[in-house]
Amino acid sequence: MDPNELTLAEARDALKAKRISARELTQAHLDAMAKARALNAFVRETPDLALKMADEADRKLASGEARPLEGIPLGIKDLFCTEGVTTTAGSKILETFVPPYESAVSANLWRDGAVMLGKLNLDEFAMGSSNETSAYGNVVSPWRRRGSDAQLVPGGSSGGSAAAVAARLCLGATATDTGGSIRQPAAFTGTVGIKPTYGRCSRWGTVAFASSLDQAGPIARTVRDCAILLGSMAGPDARDTTCVDLPVPDFEAAVSRGVNGLTIGIPKEYRVDGMPAEIQKLWDDGAAWLKAAGATIKEISLPHTSSALPAYYIVAPAEASSNLARYDGVRYGLRVSGKDIAGMYENTRAAGFGREVKRRIMIGTYVLSAGYYDAYYVRAQKIRTLIKRDFEQAYAAGVDAILTPATPSSAFGIGEKASADPVEMYLNDVFTVTVNMAGLPGIAVPAGIDGQGLPLGLQLIGRPFDEETLFAVAQVIEEAAGRTILPEPWWS
Amino acid sequence: MSVDEKTVRRIAHLARIAVTDDEVGPLQGELNAILAFVEQLGAVDVSGVEPMTSVTPMAMKKREDVVTEGGRAAEMVANAPETEDNYFLVPKVVE
Repeated sequence: MDPNELTLAEARDALKAKRISARELTQAHLDAMAKARALNAFVRETPDLALKMADEADRKLASGEARPLEGIPLGIKDLFCTEGVTTTAGSKILETFVPPYESAVSANLWRDGAVMLGKLNLDEFAMGSSNETSAYGNVVSPWRRRGSDAQLVPGGSSGGSAAAVAARLCLGATATDTGGSIRQPAAFTGTVGIKPTYGRCSRWGTVAFASSLDQAGPIARTVRDCAILLGSMAGPDARDTTCVDLPVPDFEAAVSRGVNGLTIGIPKEYRVDGMPAEIQKLWDDGAAWLKAAGATIKEISLPHTSSALPAYYIVAPAEASSNLARYDGVRYGLRVSGKDIAGMYENTRAAGFGREVKRRIMIGTYVLSAGYYDAYYVRAQKIRTLIKRDFEQAYAAGVDAILTPATPSSAFGIGEKASADPVEMYLNDVFTVTVNMAGLPGIAVPAGIDGQGLPLGLQLIGRPFDEETLFAVAQVIEEAAGRTILPEPWWS
Repeated sequence: MSVDEKTVRRIAHLARIAVTDDEVGPLQGELNAILAFVEQLGAVDVSGVEPMTSVTPMAMKKREDVVTEGGRAAEMVANAPETEDNYFLVPKVVE
């Protein structure tokens, strides 16, 4: 039994059955991480802490007090505050920030007995779709095109999380999703990632990018593993007023429900011009698999789909400009002196933020400024109402979940989209942003391999707080697509 | 809508981010590319539509107005670049 080839669910069984100890399981993953530094998935490894947590897990397993994730080694996106462990948000401006408290989501994982292997790399402040904007270097995808050694992106912003899971450096990872940052990297790396309904997970202690769009979620190698992780991550929290007071359903139990009698919507507006034939075929295959498993397939219309991406690039930067105002060199992080206090603010932020972050703060500042607020921000928020209404009407007409492609292509090369036009990179999120704008849950599940040997994923969008149906449908796709394929280790 | 150099400098000042003369041009180009992209929203009919102010329909949770924690001043300033007696030290603000 190779500990690194186990799924999270299998490892959980193996630990309970004492076929492996928590220490052995954690050490196997620490060893894999040490061999995989070329991927740059981890910004910080925490081996001493991991082994200490693993030993405690072994004690609990021995005394029969095992908690739901006892001894399971995980990676934590470096956007979640971890008490006593530096948390950088992928930025130079927080290079020295050591949180004196734990985020709600990671606290839930430790409450359930999980082990922290380290902090995972990400696009700076979660702004990016390729993990090329981190102040701590690019993440290199564990995948390569057949016959090529060109470095590929893992997707972003949760690039470190997706890469680490695909490369078997951890059994699962936490991530966040504001416009697609869980689903797009999951699709690029052949892993499963779910962004739950807005309000399902607490955002307390998670570094904020866009407060009305951000949501934490897991990335793992199977649908079942994701369901297990979300079950621990989610839950009410009085410290986050947007976190709903709903009990956490048994997501794992929903995985094997099947899709008999469900109606799956296929939105015609997602069939975009120039969509590669392979992606269209994958989408058709997905619909056929679900039909064969007992679902009804129905074409639907979400008329405001094409407005979602431009509206997102008003709303998200606007909220970011407000959220990132706190990084001013006063209470934490980098300080660069200036001739006076204003100079200190301006120099600190100029030195501490990367290009993409500055760009988004400035767009956000502009669209919120006097004279432009109504024309841009208020208009975008009205369009958001229309986008959400499209989904509500589809669901009211009897649709249980919606099937779409996850990304417009497979993973591209590092540096390939470094043109002067930032919009080219933004187009990666064209299928995913609608879901954040409407506050709905969305899951990406691997569905095939393209002509170059790279993973392709499908996306399912669900009703509010109905992640259970998403897990059930995704499981059918996972089984129909065949066993999970992981990249051959070129890095060790 | 597009921005000129003067506007770029004004936005940078509002955002409290220093920009060098060399940076203004490229920034202007990038911001204009994004603004050109979002221009298409002007064509959407939003008459009679309310802006979305709450993602999930819910009333904001409130709590009792009582002190629940505190007395951890040293922890609060532990990450600060400059402190004295648990105060955050900054350059003089008021002349």
